[in-house]
Amino acid sequence: MKFTKTLMATTALTVAAGTVGAQEMADEMTIVSWGGAYQQSQINAYADPYQEMHPDVEIVWDESSAEAVAKLRAQNEAGNITWDLVDVVAADAIRLCDEGLAMEIDPDEDLAAAPDGTSAEDDFGDLLVSDCFIPQIVYSTTFGYRTDMVPEGVDAPDEICDVWDLETYPGKRALEKRPINNMEWALLCDGVAKDEVYDVLATPEGQERALAKLGEIKDDVIWWSAGADTPQLLADGEIFMGSTYNGRLFSVIEEQGQPVGMMWDAQIFDLGGWIIPEGLPEDRLARVKDFVMFATDTQRLADQAKWISYGPARKSSAPLVGQHADLGIEMAPHMPTAPDNAKNTFLYNYEFWADYRDDIDAKFQAWLAQ
Amino acid sequence: MVALTPISRKPVRFYVPTVALAGAFAGLLVGTANGSGLLGAVIGAVLLAVLAYVVTHFIDNEKPVRWAFVILFGIAGAALAGVSGAIIGLAFGWFFGWFTYWLYEGRYRARLAPYLTPGQVLWHFAFRVLVGAILIFLITPILVVMPLSFNAENFFTFTPEMLRFDPEGYSLKHYRDFFSSDDWQQALRNSLLIAPVATLLAVSFGTLAAIGLSSEHVPFRRAIMAILISPMIVPLIISAAGMYFFYSRIGLQGTYLGVVLAHAALGIPFVIITVTATLVGFDRSLTRAAASMGANPVTTFFRVQMPLILPGVISGGLFAFITSFDEVVVVLFVGSAGQKTLPWQMFTGLREQISPTILAVATILVAVSICLLTVVELLRRRSERLRGMSPG
Repeated sequence: MKFTKTLMATTALTVAAGTVGAQEMADEMTIVSWGGAYQQSQINAYADPYQEMHPDVEIVWDESSAEAVAKLRAQNEAGNITWDLVDVVAADAIRLCDEGLAMEIDPDEDLAAAPDGTSAEDDFGDLLVSDCFIPQIVYSTTFGYRTDMVPEGVDAPDEICDVWDLETYPGKRALEKRPINNMEWALLCDGVAKDEVYDVLATPEGQERALAKLGEIKDDVIWWSAGADTPQLLADGEIFMGSTYNGRLFSVIEEQGQPVGMMWDAQIFDLGGWIIPEGLPEDRLARVKDFVMFATDTQRLADQAKWISYGPARKSSAPLVGQHADLGIEMAPHMPTAPDNAKNTFLYNYEFWADYRDDIDAKFQAWLAQ
Repeated sequence: MVALTPISRKPVRFYVPTVALAGAFAGLLVGTANGSGLLGAVIGAVLLAVLAYVVTHFIDNEKPVRWAFVILFGIAGAALAGVSGAIIGLAFGWFFGWFTYWLYEGRYRARLAPYLTPGQVLWHFAFRVLVGAILIFLITPILVVMPLSFNAENFFTFTPEMLRFDPEGYSLKHYRDFFSSDDWQQALRNSLLIAPVATLLAVSFGTLAAIGLSSEHVPFRRAIMAILISPMIVPLIISAAGMYFFYSRIGLQGTYLGVVLAHAALGIPFVIITVTATLVGFDRSLTRAAASMGANPVTTFFRVQMPLILPGVISGGLFAFITSFDEVVVVLFVGSAGQKTLPWQMFTGLREQISPTILAVATILVAVSICLLTVVELLRRRSERLRGMSPG
């Protein structure tokens, strides 16, 4: 009798210990990202070292960031959240946060402090643009051009208004098929001062003005919608110059060796980072938080820049940026934030676009169809 | 083939303009590639008219003339565009040499019935050219993909090295990438796990449904048939969204079983349609004969009915397999990243990084489909021959 009791008690304890261990952290995690070289840099810098520390954790990657907002809405409606961590651009993070689809985070509790003791909140600083957003990288949208298609006797294009200069630089342009960035560039080249761009763009006349300026080159524009389009068009020689993310251009120039040059003038900064979906079960949430704490610390963010030319979002990471893992070139000069590249930059205004996006989108699409 | 009609040489006013017309067309292509289509067409027309006139009037010997055409055009092509130009030139030279004499000697008439009017003869050949043009139009996009998949660069671009047939411009690296990348291999494994099981389910249920629906005593046959066929008619995106919400509720979303069931539902209509079509030619008295000899329905089905409707079952199964293997919309909804299939991987790859690995996969898939279809067709012919049904 006594023996049986002891046995039962021990078994109960073992079972209890087992379930507690399992409930604390899930062993499987689905991370959503953008695919391609960018996702590979995250695997190399965050996921591989994390899995080395926790060999029993399995990470499934889903390349669905492009439709993250729609899919998270559907998952929420179906009551079946299958994603654990989602990489989105800052504007999407703000939308998801407003809709209650992303979890609010406390930077000082959920994110690691800098090595010198600076709190995460100060280390990320202004880049914490939403309560749900965990910044990872600073990227920019900027122009690349075919160096071999620059006409003879002419300097290579080095300012944003060269995009409109069809006489000096003949050839097609590639622009993103949405108003964001294009409208700002158009107004800048129509003589609007940098700090007044969003004031002008808030008025219907200003929007007309931007569209009219874009109309000057409309016949020579190929509109792109995926980040891979412009690099492909540049490699084809189909276009003379086109806008895309600076990391894509770095890859075309340095990794693929195409005759393409960077034009950093009036590059528009934006942020990429994580959000955690709202409504995860506790064990999965615990695992994600553990991963995020690790993956966004100072060293890890600096490591990512070994594989892709996006700037780490922490101030404390910048001095740690080293060389490209395969090519061995210094990465610091290729960062959009490097002083030489950031002589003339433009700051994307999240609040403006949150307020005006639907309206200007509609006008832009109507103008495109004309 | 025996000549049906005696042939004779044709007058200059017929064959010189016709050759000139063909020359203008070829010149248009070459001219467009080199800057001016109009100029090319004019040069092509004049050049070919003169050549045709000269060779038929001043030289009697056909063979050396045709060789001269091939060499002449080959050299011209090489001068214009290097090795690839030379190859195209050789082909053009062969064609025009043959074409000139084909018209001049009146050989085109030889195998046609003697009573055809010139209009009917023209239509006979115009029809063949038209059909060929449509075939080329349909197949070119697939053919373009194949050489591009051997690109040494990471873009969808014919590089100058490739056009010069420089071995440097070609590589197997995208094939290596496909076979060594975990992502692609995982996707291939998932596709190979999902498609056969979905096909098996679709074939079993579809065949049973078709047999049931073709017996006359089943009530509401047409309505049931319409419902079963509906996945083929309802827009795929609607089915996919519906399945997503339904499967989420019952816990099948993002599971292997869920994707298999969804694909089986999509495949069933194909099986029903093909099996119903073969059942039309099936003689019901055979099952009654089997029953009268003491066979139970299951034995009758496997030993009598199944062998006779097998062609329909196999082609339905083939369609069901291809549906599952090609499907991207439903799997994007019903599956999760763990069930990523080949089309899914190609879709995201195409959007995020245009990499020729996709073309390598496409080429492999085309080759596999050709092999599969050939094997099935050969098997079908063999079984028909064995049963003495083949008309040939």
